[in-house]
Amino acid sequence: MATDRDITATIDALPGLDASAPPLEVNDLQVEFRTRNGIARAVNGVSFSLQAGETLAILGESGCGKSVTAQAIMGIIDSPPGFVTGGEIKYRGVDLLKLPESQRRKIRANRVAMIFQDALSALNPVFTVGFQLSELFRKHRGMSRADGKARAVELLDLVKIPAAKQRVSDFPHQFSGGMRQRVMIAMALALDPEVLIADEPTTALDVTVQAQVMALLAELQRERNMGLVLITHDMGVVADVADRISVMYAGRVVEEAPVRDIYASPAHPYTKALLESIPRIDLKGQELNVIKGLPPALTNIPAGCSFNPRCRYAQDVCRADPEPPRFALAPSRTSACHFWKEVKGDE
Amino acid sequence: MSDVVLETKDLVKHFPLTQGILFKRQIGAVRAVDGINLQLHRGETLGIVGESGCGKSTLAKLLVGLETPSSGSIMVHGADIAGRSGAEMRRARRNIQLVMQDPYTSLNPRMTVGDLIGEPFEIHPDVAPKGDRSRRVQELLELVGLNPDHINRYPHQFSGGQRQRIGIARALALRPEIILCDEPVSALDVSIQAQVINLLEQLQKELGLSYIFIAHDLSVVRHIAHRVGVMYLGKIAEIGTEEEIYEQPTHPYTQALLSAVPLPDPTVRGLRDQIVLEGDVPSPADPPSGCRFRTRCWKAQDICAAEEPTLTVRDASAHPSACHFAEVRNVVRVTE
Repeated sequence: MATDRDITATIDALPGLDASAPPLEVNDLQVEFRTRNGIARAVNGVSFSLQAGETLAILGESGCGKSVTAQAIMGIIDSPPGFVTGGEIKYRGVDLLKLPESQRRKIRANRVAMIFQDALSALNPVFTVGFQLSELFRKHRGMSRADGKARAVELLDLVKIPAAKQRVSDFPHQFSGGMRQRVMIAMALALDPEVLIADEPTTALDVTVQAQVMALLAELQRERNMGLVLITHDMGVVADVADRISVMYAGRVVEEAPVRDIYASPAHPYTKALLESIPRIDLKGQELNVIKGLPPALTNIPAGCSFNPRCRYAQDVCRADPEPPRFALAPSRTSACHFWKEVKGDE
Repeated sequence: MSDVVLETKDLVKHFPLTQGILFKRQIGAVRAVDGINLQLHRGETLGIVGESGCGKSTLAKLLVGLETPSSGSIMVHGADIAGRSGAEMRRARRNIQLVMQDPYTSLNPRMTVGDLIGEPFEIHPDVAPKGDRSRRVQELLELVGLNPDHINRYPHQFSGGQRQRIGIARALALRPEIILCDEPVSALDVSIQAQVINLLEQLQKELGLSYIFIAHDLSVVRHIAHRVGVMYLGKIAEIGTEEEIYEQPTHPYTQALLSAVPLPDPTVRGLRDQIVLEGDVPSPADPPSGCRFRTRCWKAQDICAAEEPTLTVRDASAHPSACHFAEVRNVVRVTE
């Protein structure tokens, strides 16, 4: 049976593994869904990298490809119809897309883990949470049932579930929404991953519970110096926890910047419009700014800049291919807009 | 704004919990709404906020007559509509219309937009004569910013924001005075949400509507509401104008709720006086004695378990607050 040390050794022996490389790096990722209505290009060249201990937020509206990016990293895209058609996903320099499934499976949960939005549908309703938690230890660590269960109790304790010893034999439906999300977090952290991908972890929760869960995540992240990719559409949550932000639109990263810069001076028209459309105290009684039109259908992304039909800065150059490149504004700051200077208000 | 269009008095809805199959015995009740007193004025927006399970949707159902109250009254222009049935209920309902949360499930996929918006005229034929209906539907479509030529399309041909506009047009069909919006924007993306909020505000100005706006998103409610009521476990914890609730909250629950909302401004990170509440909302089938918030409250004393605080103006609270120890605490520091 594979023990703890065996798995670590197999991962560390992967060819090309470089302990000094960032724990997660995505280069020019392309994902498409081949459907009856044509090819939906969900992710079109997403790139980012994540350092240990850092929180990177991926911000975007529904259909912008943020969840598909996360699924591609984990290797859990439904295929068919979904296919990763290009790019690299690197864990410490090793391209996961080139690994056989058996190797990739060892990275998953051991090194890169994920939390899903809807904990009730992500947990199996017919097994107790203790069984599901201990399964990780049994499959990945070769532990016995009793040992696995003991570890499950420790984990529930770690995520601050009261009376963990009793709750471990409860079924998912017996937990409240916030507690269920804690179970999800426990499950993701079970094997001590270096990178955690959280896909809308608090969207289904009430604000007071959201505050509890986010505080818990931040604490665990600090303790373990874990990298966190936080996928969300909530600009409040992002402002509260993120170090850097990548804004996605129609499967592309349109702007990337440190959190303070992006809120103070957005350099892409989409980010700017998004920030203007949230209700703010000082704008009470005024009309909210709206982004006219709708996000494009992924089967029919406009030529040139995908945001051009809705953009107030758009010129002819934006409407024709090629799409605008990611201009570097400053170290660790990019914007995929020809007119970023005007948008940012530099001149 | 002194003209009261809608008023509830001690409105209560208990759902019985039963045991046994053949001989059902009542073993308790879920106290979803437990004594709500509200007043809605003409042209006003009253926001109702609270977490899931606090009874805000049951309140909405009671007000539009989808549930019958266990006790208490709902007065529209001084006439009680609670517990009415048949023609009387139909007439009363015409004045209060509902915009629902999920525009994906609240529209029948087999009906065209024209049929959906025109259906209220079938039930209330005296509002629009038969020959006039399609013209009325087109007027309504135009009013909510949709293309009147799309009258024969089906809901799936519209986006989420457009579907919510169809829902709003349908609610406006009978020219009601009161519109109840139950989480009207929570299923929509931020940029679309802003369009719908603007539309609701514009319609209010044009048609003099009164809104009851139920939502869990506190910043949206702050933007649209004139007055705000905070609900907790079937009761109103605190009620006042938007400034009173957001800037001088006096009930501990309101303070905790407001402090939990992340602000879209990274420069105030860590400056928020954040109150993280312990635990979950207790079951409404077995609410705590006395003050319902006491099990999670950091101020709770013996009196809170013994005596239920009434919703009144207190020494340290200029607006009604249901807390024995109500006092102003500004939790959202705005840096200026």
